[in-house]
Amino acid sequence: MKIAVCVSHVPDTATKVIISDDSKTIDPNGVTYIVNPYDELAIEEALNTKEKVGGEVVVISLGTDANKETIKKALAMGVDTGVLLKDSNFRDSVSLAKALAEEIKTQEAELVFFGKQAVDYDNSITGQLAAEFLGYNCVSVVTDFNLEDNKITAEREIEGGKEVVETLLPTVITTQKGLNEPRYASLKGIMAAKRKIIEEKDATPFDNKIEVLQMKKPDGKQPGKIIGSDASAVAELVRLLKEEAKVI
Amino acid sequence: MANKILVVLEQREGQLKKVSFEVAKAGSDLASKLSCDVEAVIVGSDITDINKIGNYGISKVTHLRNSEFANYSASGYSQAVSDFVKEINADVLIIGNTSMGKDLAPRITAKLDGGIAMDVTALEVDGGEIIATRPIYAGKALIDVKVNSDIKVFTIRPNVFNPGEPNDSLAEVSTKDVDVNLKDKVVETKQASGKLDVAEASIIVSGGRGMKDAESFKLVEDLAEVLGAAVGASRAVVDAGWRPHGEQVGQTGKTVSPNLYVALGISGAIQHLAGMRSSKYIVAINKDADAPIFQVADYGITGDVFEVVPALIEELKK
Repeated sequence: MKIAVCVSHVPDTATKVIISDDSKTIDPNGVTYIVNPYDELAIEEALNTKEKVGGEVVVISLGTDANKETIKKALAMGVDTGVLLKDSNFRDSVSLAKALAEEIKTQEAELVFFGKQAVDYDNSITGQLAAEFLGYNCVSVVTDFNLEDNKITAEREIEGGKEVVETLLPTVITTQKGLNEPRYASLKGIMAAKRKIIEEKDATPFDNKIEVLQMKKPDGKQPGKIIGSDASAVAELVRLLKEEAKVI
Repeated sequence: MANKILVVLEQREGQLKKVSFEVAKAGSDLASKLSCDVEAVIVGSDITDINKIGNYGISKVTHLRNSEFANYSASGYSQAVSDFVKEINADVLIIGNTSMGKDLAPRITAKLDGGIAMDVTALEVDGGEIIATRPIYAGKALIDVKVNSDIKVFTIRPNVFNPGEPNDSLAEVSTKDVDVNLKDKVVETKQASGKLDVAEASIIVSGGRGMKDAESFKLVEDLAEVLGAAVGASRAVVDAGWRPHGEQVGQTGKTVSPNLYVALGISGAIQHLAGMRSSKYIVAINKDADAPIFQVADYGITGDVFEVVPALIEELKK
């Protein structure tokens, strides 16, 4: 079976966000880019599945040459081949998902893994959109995944619990923490990755439906009162919460 | 310009969820700013008290009914709502940014070839156009966006759009039985009984590494219980295996905006602050007076959590 995993290349979560002069993007100076943390779970689950049922795993990423770093990391973890869909323009989730769906179709992948969200724009919808454009089933925010023949049983996180969902291939799964522990690339894996092919092609353009008008910093929160330094401060704290903040 | 706003309500086990009141109010407020119509839809099997949504400014609601709709199904719900949008000719959809909404909204958007803005914290109108504000980078920055498509879908962050006090109006409910062909089905729900989720709670008590170990974390649960709060955790605590991933607050966890956020033994890494700084009130208790958490706290106690928290629990019980 052909398995695809879609990954994004994002600023490290420790990044201090500085807004560029255009007021629409972040200033990339000094920013370290990493594999989107949720996508590591997607890569791991694709590899686990291949180890169980056989087949081939392809990693797909849309962006600039810089995304090759993220593709290489997936190849070093054990993914078989990579595809870079080249595009340096801003894409909203719909336009991104359409281009990814087109490539998934070209690859004839029946099972597709996405991280449940990218930690830059935090949309958490690319996988579901791609599934819909492909006419595939989809289970999002998955913390447990089982495939038997063409039947999928997946556990997805909901408020205060989990729900167990059954569906059939072809399917898109979006991955959540708790699903697995992503492996580290071995030295052998890193060496092997150097011989693996990254196919490069121009990403098909699609219209953006979202227009970013401006990017801004949230209102600065001012440090408040230090009420005390030991247990004697609790009475005053409770009074403030009741009378000033009125939240309890 | 908008023709008609449709708010998508949410139920669990046949009861309207609190976020339904928030989408109702957000939808009716937006409709008055745009001078357009607004109505509501809800998908489910047996649902009680749907007409109470009238308390929050919605006078008309349609229940799309099928016995297979008792639990959420992405394929079933998205088809039913998309068909209904076409039928009533709605062009703006407002949905809660919940586990259901985050799954459902993109499916509807794709079916209707629309555009979508997720996790919106403000909806304004400027020159007849809807401007949505949403946090990115887990709240380290915000963007204002416009949706340039005929169908515009917005999911709104729970706990941000205040539904206000209910009035005594009731909505007119019509029930429409719909056919389904579910391609995905919930076969079991594992709900931790009575457990509040951080994403929905109006009060959160979170613990960090300063809680020392998994056993001592009980103190966080005790305070949460007294306050009727959900339990949250920092990434360090989740990575150490003391607490489940579902409780993690911050980037790579949940981004939350409760009325009150109590941080116990949390130093305040940039990823954590991003995820909770939009809370309305923040209390920090940490013995390290230089901890970054105090930079965002409204009220701070620079003391040992193991002394201060038991005293706080006693004081609250008075």
